Amino acid sequence: MKIQPTLKYTNSDEWVAVEGKTATLGVSDYAQDQLSDVVFVEVSANVGDIIKKNSAVATVESVKAASDVISPVSGKVIAVNEVLSTTPEQVNSDPFGAAWLLKVELSDPAELDNLMDAEAYEKYCADRSH
Amino acid sequence: MTEPTIYELSSTGRVGVEYPLPDVPLTDFPVELLREDLPLPELSEVDVVRHFTHLSSLNYCIDTGLYPLGSCTMKYNPKINEETARLPGFAHTHPLQPAETVQVNLALMFELQEFLKEISGFAGVCLEPAAGAQGEMVGVMIIRAYHRSRGDSKRVKMLIPDSAHGTNPASSAMSGFEVVPVPSDASGNVDLAALKAICDDTVAGLMLTNPNTLGLFDENVLEVIKTVHAAGGLVYGDGANLNALLGIARPGDLGFDLMHFNLHKTFSTPHGGGGPGSGPVGVTKKLIDFLPTPVVAVIEEGSEELPPLYGFTTPKQTIGRVKSFYGQFGMIVRAFTYIRMQGPDGLKKVSQYAVLNANYLLSRLQGAYVLPYKRRCMHEFVLEGCWADAPEVHAMDVAKRLMDYKFHPPTNYFPLIVHEALMIEPTETESMQTLDLFADAMLKIAEEAHTHPELLKSAPHDTPISRLDEVKAAKDLVLCCWIPEDN
Amino acid sequence: MFIPHTQDETEAMLEAIGVKKLADLFTDVPEKYRFPKLDLPEALTEMEVLAELKEYAGANESVDDLVCFLGAGAYNHYVPAAIDSLLRRSEFYTAYTPYQPEISQGTLQSIFEFQSLIANLTGMEVANASHYDGATATAEAGVMAYHNFRGKRSKILLSEAINPQYKEVLCTYMCGYENIHIESGSSKQDPFTAPDSLIPQIDGDTALVLVQYPDFFGRVYDLTALAIKAHEQGALLGVIANPTALGLFKAPGEFGTDIVVGEGQPLGIPLSFGGPYLGFFATRKEFARKISGRLVGETEDGQGRKGYVLTLTAREQHIRREKATSNICTNQGLMSLAATIYLSLLGKHGFRQVASLCYQKAHYAAGKLGKLKGYKLVSSTPFFHEFVLQCPRPVSEINAMLLDQGFLGGYDLSKDFPTLKNQMLLAVTEMNNKDQIDALVETLAEVHND
Repeated sequence: MKIQPTLKYTNSDEWVAVEGKTATLGVSDYAQDQLSDVVFVEVSANVGDIIKKNSAVATVESVKAASDVISPVSGKVIAVNEVLSTTPEQVNSDPFGAAWLLKVELSDPAELDNLMDAEAYEKYCADRSH
Repeated sequence: MTEPTIYELSSTGRVGVEYPLPDVPLTDFPVELLREDLPLPELSEVDVVRHFTHLSSLNYCIDTGLYPLGSCTMKYNPKINEETARLPGFAHTHPLQPAETVQVNLALMFELQEFLKEISGFAGVCLEPAAGAQGEMVGVMIIRAYHRSRGDSKRVKMLIPDSAHGTNPASSAMSGFEVVPVPSDASGNVDLAALKAICDDTVAGLMLTNPNTLGLFDENVLEVIKTVHAAGGLVYGDGANLNALLGIARPGDLGFDLMHFNLHKTFSTPHGGGGPGSGPVGVTKKLIDFLPTPVVAVIEEGSEELPPLYGFTTPKQTIGRVKSFYGQFGMIVRAFTYIRMQGPDGLKKVSQYAVLNANYLLSRLQGAYVLPYKRRCMHEFVLEGCWADAPEVHAMDVAKRLMDYKFHPPTNYFPLIVHEALMIEPTETESMQTLDLFADAMLKIAEEAHTHPELLKSAPHDTPISRLDEVKAAKDLVLCCWIPEDN
Repeated sequence: MFIPHTQDETEAMLEAIGVKKLADLFTDVPEKYRFPKLDLPEALTEMEVLAELKEYAGANESVDDLVCFLGAGAYNHYVPAAIDSLLRRSEFYTAYTPYQPEISQGTLQSIFEFQSLIANLTGMEVANASHYDGATATAEAGVMAYHNFRGKRSKILLSEAINPQYKEVLCTYMCGYENIHIESGSSKQDPFTAPDSLIPQIDGDTALVLVQYPDFFGRVYDLTALAIKAHEQGALLGVIANPTALGLFKAPGEFGTDIVVGEGQPLGIPLSFGGPYLGFFATRKEFARKISGRLVGETEDGQGRKGYVLTLTAREQHIRREKATSNICTNQGLMSLAATIYLSLLGKHGFRQVASLCYQKAHYAAGKLGKLKGYKLVSSTPFFHEFVLQCPRPVSEINAMLLDQGFLGGYDLSKDFPTLKNQMLLAVTEMNNKDQIDALVETLAEVHND
């Protein structure tokens, strides 16, 4: 399993990359592995939407499971990765890169403080695989 | 072997049925409203009959052999049911005929309502729901309507054990409830302490499958029901597993407030490759007024010379109508036929032998497979389809390998609380010999899992088609036949 | 009978389990409630039950005994013999939902063909594996529209001229969705207004506009303008279609419809006192993932052989639980098989022929009845095989007299539409011959003269 050292993570397996006031969201390598072959991605938030922390912003579906992507941050959606609707397999092949889901302009950067760093997340994943 | 589609078999100019020429003077058609192209295939009757006969030969069915799908109650479907449901006096009646011309349909529906009341211990039954999932939805709607009728609008939560069927939370969500999962304890019962901690005045009800999907009768069922009642909630019984309880215990007596029946599971109506089902709902006295409309009632009592007059009535505070007309009438005739042939002793025997068969199979398989909850089961049980010392083998592989031994696999990956679940329900209609053959196959497969795991991974080998690419199906999404150009 | 165990086998099994008697298997059941005595009639043998049910069924008056002019949602069509012969193959009717595709290709391919036939008949791109009936398929259209707008649009706009039972079922289903309301065409006093009269009520809050085609009164309208107006406001147009009419009239897809649902009973399914019937549901490909209920898709196995599987199952209740958009588990499998065989047998020519026969006979009947003294045809718009007749007396009285003469008269519209006093909805199909129609006309003339 891959872990990107510079990112922050949630306990529902989303990752967040922060650049200034902009946060980019995606799902982790652990999450894509649990889902297996992803066949569908739908980002339900639109550019311009104001989203709240803990709201569902996207759905990622494999043949066996479907998972809601929960935003750990609040703010305004400034970009959505449209390409994923036609190439959902990128979630499997490049979860931390090409398969970013959306970008949010943070309204409360302090929300990031509750997230795990790479080290804590790695331990969190290891504890779950029995 | 693959069979061409009905469109690929089409040949321009063929006709399968001929109709008489019009015997009335002709009227012009409104040309501007007519369609130009009618893209249907063209075949002779022989083409059609052979095509569907070929297709049928690609199916496994109960008449082929054991179909031990847990929680689906794939019992033998008596042939007489097919005769009675097709009697022209039943099959050729229009649902909107005047009631006096179809008194027998109404009488038969009334009788079945009475039978189901007696079997379940409830005060009222409505036959209308079309399937188990719809019966459940009706149950949830009744719970909501009941609380609202008492001005109690704060009850927004529906408690659902983590072992429940997915339809329970889905039905609850459709009716606007917030779903709160209830954990199971180490013995597979509802975790009573956890339940007590959740129960408060925001709880609308609990949806309880008993025996649950682990095949276990909840040892604390009376206490569970009492707890929910004490909080002001109602207890809904999922009737999926009623085949364990006929003449054994009546949900109404245990304190359940309402439940649905699956005529297609418990009362032997055929599953039809996925429907039609039939999901009547039974309720206690205080919920009768909320049943869907219509229900059948005696409008005028009979006398010595005259039978009673039956008719449809609308319960006073009904949740409304949930399908056209009155229910899956053809299934109602079949279930009626079945119950008449069983009688009270026969029904009890059904459940006794369903439970005997499950426990016998369990006794033969335990050891070779991990039994996560070590208790006597009711009509079904759940094993783990994986082994620590055969790490590459999954429950799905066991299931697929069973096909090579000419058996339908058990339910896979359900309930979700068991790792790599194999859920096995043999039903009462299987003989000891069949169960032994199945057990032998299962034991052989457990052995193969360790000695020749590749045999399981690549199974099935002996079916019309091997494992299919589900990822491709979901991604490419081809949902319709390709139509040849010249059609 | 259906429990094969001998005494010896039962004992051997009990011993293997480690209990002495059957009753010992049930110790988890609270003793107080264990083994209740059921007060049910004693068992009958197969011979006896058949005799009893034959006697029962014989006491009904069926459409074999009465000349049927009754429709209103269930239609008396000819069911070719090959259909039941194939439905009675136990490989079809004693199988379960095709969860294991390797041994269920028969069911899966027939559902795939059903989806194809329905999509082609309705002029849509995709169809699902079926719903319980036309009413529940209609309700599912409402549910889909709700989810399509993620609950942000709150209005479902209904034509007054849809089957009243469908409207009731839609209302029952939607009552769990707090922020949606159902609005009927505003002209409550006159249910006969045309679908275009809904246009002023379509706004940016409208999720779904729903009309019936032909409408409940049998009338056929061009829906192009309605579709355009609905789409201008971003709303979906849903059409409840009678499949037989689609053998003749434009497919709803040609108007730009978004969802087509309907009752599949006319496609080879017996009247059977209202069920089991068949709901069909078709839509455009972009909505494929939003369809509730089962879908079968084409794929291949490891050796490249074509095969079929249940697909997009991750949307369904067994995986999504409370997040699923529908609680549907099974569909109407065997009934969809009946419709698939029916459409295959009749095919391009036979199906058009049935639709034409219905149209011609209905028009002949309407022409004659409209000229009867005391009666009047209510509408002059094009219609298919049902029409409304204004009668000189309450329909219930007329129907009672018709019944005495061996006729099953039309539907009494005053039951659902209080303003439609003395108005009868008559249905004529290929099953009605000229003599029967003439006899009906004669009898109704006498009714008036009485």
